[in-house]
Amino acid sequence: MPSRRRRRAETAQTGRSPATAARPPAPRTAGAQPDTHSDTDLAAGGAPGRAPFRQGLRVLGVAIRGEPRVFAAAVTGSALYGIMTVGSAWAIGWATNHVVLPDLRRGSAPGRGLAVAGLLIVAVALAKVVGIFGRRLLAGVVVFRMQARIRRAISAAYLRLPLSWHQRHPTGQLLSNANSDVEMAFQPMNPLPMTLGVIVMLLMAVVDMFLTDTVLALVGALLFPAVIALNTVYTRYAGPRFARAQELRAHVAEVAHESFDGALVVKTLGREDFETERFAARTRALRDANIRAGRARSLFDPMLEAVPNLGVLAVLLLGATRVAQGASRPGDVVSIAYLITLLAFPIRAIGWVLGDLPRGVVGYGRVHAVLSAEHSSDYGHGKLSHDAGPATLDLDAVRFAYDSAPELPVLRGVSARIEPGRTVALVGATGSGKSTLATLLARLADPTGGAIRLDGTDLRELARGEVPRAVALVAQQTFLFGESVRANVALGEQRTEAEIRAALRIAQAERFVDALPDGLDSVIGERGTTLSGGQRQRLALARALVRNPRLLVLDDCTSAVDPSVEAAILSGLKQNALGATVVVVAYRKATVALADEVLYLDGGVIADRGTHEELLARSAGYRELITAYARAAEDAAAADDRAADSAVAEDPALGDSAAEDRAVGEPALEDPALGDSAAEDRAVGDRPATEDEAAAETAAACEDLAATEDLEGAVA
Amino acid sequence: MTITADPPAIRTAPEIPLVREATGSPLLIVRKGLRLSPEFTRGIGVTMLLAFIATVGRIVIPVAVQQAVDHGFDAPGGVDTGEVRVMAALAALAVAATMLAAYTMNRRLYQASESGLATLRIKAFRHVHELSVLHQQAEQRGALVSRVTSDVDTITNFIQEGGLVLFVSVAQMFLATAVMAAYSWQLTLLVWSCFLPLFAAMRVLQRRTGARYNTVRQSIGRMLGAFSESLVGAPVVRAYGVEERTGRRINEAVDATRAAQVRAQALTVSTFSAGEIAAGLANAGVVVVGVVLGVGGHLTAGRLIGMLFLVSLFITPVQWGVEVLNEAQNAISGWRRVIGLLESVPDVPDPASRGRAEALPQGPVRVEFQQVAFAYPGGPPVLRDINVLISPRARVAVVGETGSGKTTFAKLLTRLMDPTRGRVLANGVELRRVGFDELRRRVVMVPQDGFLFDGTIADNVRYGAEDATDAAVSAAFGRLGLGDWLSGLPDGVRTRVGQRGESLSAGERQLVALARAYIADPDLLLLDEATSAVDPATELRIQRALDELTRGRTTVVIAHRLSTAQAADEVLVFDAGELVERGPHGTLVNQGGVYARLHASWARQAQAA
Repeated sequence: MPSRRRRRAETAQTGRSPATAARPPAPRTAGAQPDTHSDTDLAAGGAPGRAPFRQGLRVLGVAIRGEPRVFAAAVTGSALYGIMTVGSAWAIGWATNHVVLPDLRRGSAPGRGLAVAGLLIVAVALAKVVGIFGRRLLAGVVVFRMQARIRRAISAAYLRLPLSWHQRHPTGQLLSNANSDVEMAFQPMNPLPMTLGVIVMLLMAVVDMFLTDTVLALVGALLFPAVIALNTVYTRYAGPRFARAQELRAHVAEVAHESFDGALVVKTLGREDFETERFAARTRALRDANIRAGRARSLFDPMLEAVPNLGVLAVLLLGATRVAQGASRPGDVVSIAYLITLLAFPIRAIGWVLGDLPRGVVGYGRVHAVLSAEHSSDYGHGKLSHDAGPATLDLDAVRFAYDSAPELPVLRGVSARIEPGRTVALVGATGSGKSTLATLLARLADPTGGAIRLDGTDLRELARGEVPRAVALVAQQTFLFGESVRANVALGEQRTEAEIRAALRIAQAERFVDALPDGLDSVIGERGTTLSGGQRQRLALARALVRNPRLLVLDDCTSAVDPSVEAAILSGLKQNALGATVVVVAYRKATVALADEVLYLDGGVIADRGTHEELLARSAGYRELITAYARAAEDAAAADDRAADSAVAEDPALGDSAAEDRAVGEPALEDPALGDSAAEDRAVGDRPATEDEAAAETAAACEDLAATEDLEGAVA
Repeated sequence: MTITADPPAIRTAPEIPLVREATGSPLLIVRKGLRLSPEFTRGIGVTMLLAFIATVGRIVIPVAVQQAVDHGFDAPGGVDTGEVRVMAALAALAVAATMLAAYTMNRRLYQASESGLATLRIKAFRHVHELSVLHQQAEQRGALVSRVTSDVDTITNFIQEGGLVLFVSVAQMFLATAVMAAYSWQLTLLVWSCFLPLFAAMRVLQRRTGARYNTVRQSIGRMLGAFSESLVGAPVVRAYGVEERTGRRINEAVDATRAAQVRAQALTVSTFSAGEIAAGLANAGVVVVGVVLGVGGHLTAGRLIGMLFLVSLFITPVQWGVEVLNEAQNAISGWRRVIGLLESVPDVPDPASRGRAEALPQGPVRVEFQQVAFAYPGGPPVLRDINVLISPRARVAVVGETGSGKTTFAKLLTRLMDPTRGRVLANGVELRRVGFDELRRRVVMVPQDGFLFDGTIADNVRYGAEDATDAAVSAAFGRLGLGDWLSGLPDGVRTRVGQRGESLSAGERQLVALARAYIADPDLLLLDEATSAVDPATELRIQRALDELTRGRTTVVIAHRLSTAQAADEVLVFDAGELVERGPHGTLVNQGGVYARLHASWARQAQAA
């Protein structure tokens, strides 16, 4: 059992259970992608293919090439450890033969010999300690450095890859790529130096064996293919079982997360028993899968341990015959048998590496898929003049369809020219493509057809960084970083306090920011002050304003703001000569009123364009849309009050308590345990607006026309 | 245009009773842990016996080999192949027996540990739902999830291997000590004195190691936080071109993690090395002192050599023990968190669990608040002296600004929380005396966000009535006037709604939530109106469905729309934790009070268009 222990100890180094690192292999790793973007040599390890063993060796190769010197030192340390393990036995043996027995026989203890013996034993122990540091600490350093290196590469990839790529991959999955997959990928590296170190022992033993007796040595040499064969069978047999267990582990977490997420529904409908049974079913499935995988392991470990023992017995049997025939000397048989017992440990060590290889390959494969992902968003060399005042915006037959539904384009050819300094409202039913268009204006995605031009230049021809410098998008779903208010507003730009304050003032955020414990320097988020949804939206708006954008895109970014405050924001935007062209996605009439002009989107095209009054007068669809809330109110109250689309207050879901707002806070993790589940917090955290909209709009796309018809029917 | 005052700017977090880690000595925690999962210890005797056999087997093999050599190869008159064959056969038998014992032991361990862990997971899961909303919301979702996943997992390693190793190690250590003492008490003292400083330092080292691993955990948490910012905030990062800055933040966190890991590893290795040095000192000491003793006639050569072997028998388990202790510490901290959860007492208990539930008289519910006050633990009062009576079948709207206390009012009404003072009565019975079973059937709340579970529409509606058939679900939609909407879906009631219901629009999710409440058929309905903008067609549907849903029931709506307030029989106006006005819309508008001001603000908004 102790030998099994060591393996565990080696893998527990990160302070996390290796088991928690388990995640099901993502379907997307299935198609091994070519190294199109191997801007680091990390990608050279190759994606997982058919030969897991060779792939495993390649992963090890990546790590060894990454940290050659530390790795070499670790192997040297391990070799020293191996030698000293034998050495300590030898030192005690030497002391026994040369000091203990003669002294006792003589009946006197000459101090010098005894001192030498004592010092020798201590010296060997010290040398062994040096070896231990090499074996364990340096091996750890290799692993930790490689993890850090790959994580940096992953972060670079995440930041480089376009939003469309992000939308295709759940946040939880990407987080586990950066976390547990990286951990898993280099797990075989932990015991590797040890293994290589003891291989020195092993080689010495093998050479010794062959020098002693070639025939008997061959029996010893047969152990290696035996171990490899055993391991192959084990991998084939246990691999799928472990993969299944990992998958089920994810299911357990999913059910738990969903159930706790919907805790209010569970509680208010009294469905605790039902939920517990749902969770218990998943848990039992995981338990059974773990037990099945454990059984494979239960068999493999003792069998691997038995192999050298059986080798010894084979040598004894064969040796006895050979000695009887006069072909071998008894002494040689004994020493080969002894050498084989020495091999037991190195063979175990090789087993640790082999045992971890399949998991390493899976982990690295998933990491590799990220590192080698292609990115289609390219930049040109165009530059804009950034002090030219408001921008001119041209939409030229802009088409857009989401990857998930290419046959259902959201935008089907939107053309419009928006003159500098104008404020334009985008109005349309859910699914009409407003938010998609807003997203395209900030170049968070590229049109699938047509072009968007800023001052006559196609956004795709502009150099990296040009679009963010000219365009600011404020989405409905705000995202704030876990930093100070100041850092969130300035977001890396050099801005004076006065500029920041001016932006906060227009966004109606200055007063509440001043009331925060540390004013502008108050930290927001999990570890800092919790803000309400409306307050967060106002900070996001200030963030856009402080950059003096030439094109400001507002996507229903005041939905959670108190109506009266919203009015103040809107009038502030109107009064302040922003020096920007403004495109605002509008749901509320007050927002529409801010605009010089309205673009009425319907079915993915601009159905009409003009002032609010003009459209009311001539466009039936627009009229229905804009007055539907009031009509709904009439239905409900039989009262003709046109104020019906206002909300009373900025009130997050059933929340008087600040605690409530944590649910909408940024996921920031204190607990390692959270590692995997943090990802799942994405669902409760601020979601990227485009992603939300994407989902909503694709879902609603098919319904769009039907809905409008139905609406007409309803109000007629 | 005047601007109404901002709601109180900072929502200072009230001191919410977070789920704490269980305290107490490690031994106590282990005892509690074992009691929670009886599977761990069930049949442990047999498993230990097998472990013993497997361990003894390891010794039997070298012995058999040595016998074969001594009596076979070195047999007088040349090699005795027969003897070798017999010994080899015996040894092979021993190998097989050892394998079998190890295999059976492993199997039993996996079976016992996985079963025990599953039990613990399910218990912990159930308990999370037992906690009040206050508790649930005080915790990060992820933290709660980790109580039932990774916290439990940390116990796995220890249970599956560590615990047994620790037991065997300690046993072997004491056994070795006993035999050593029989050989030479002086040398035994010497060996122990080499290890005593290590044992003494162990507590400190363990604590330090624990602290360093804690730092590792925290830094990993921060690193993941940084990663998740770059993922969740991807649109912002791109829209504002702040990739470099974001990357820097991630990389700093990545490097901090690496540094913390190396530091933790260094301490672990040092601890292990200290054991190695102690072993070296003990060995050297035994040789030196042993020879001196031997020369003095106090020890024979054989005993001295025997001592040297015994010392190694003593040292090995000590070293394994040190390793296992690290793991034990992880397991215990995992246990602490899970036990802490299980020991946190639900602050809104079900009276039925103590067998003291009272029945809620049949029929539409009459609600009465008697001098009700509420404050979050350690916080200022959120509601003050609320007295109100809502008659059966009344439709009441509750309005007020953020922080006015209207949602607290709703939570007390549905007994998601208990008042800190006063009583909430339904049909004359205090809410906290009504069993949850009945309460949740008769009093149903539709929360604002209309949370849906990943499944079909019918599955979600069945959260309201477990045994409703698909046909019954369809019929419910029909009665709510939503039949046309439902038939427009690709698979009708079997349409899948996706995670959190995100395949549906926000408005459509509300429709499903309404159907869910409708099929539950409560006598008191509480609606928290959504604020989010939904498209007009859906809005109309919601209004229609609400009319049907609220018919004939006592209904309380947290209103965010003027139309809702207008349509209500009565409006309750909350301000700064007090019920300041009540009456029909028309009356209140003309009173010139808080409601009139709210109304004026709405009206202004409307005129702006």
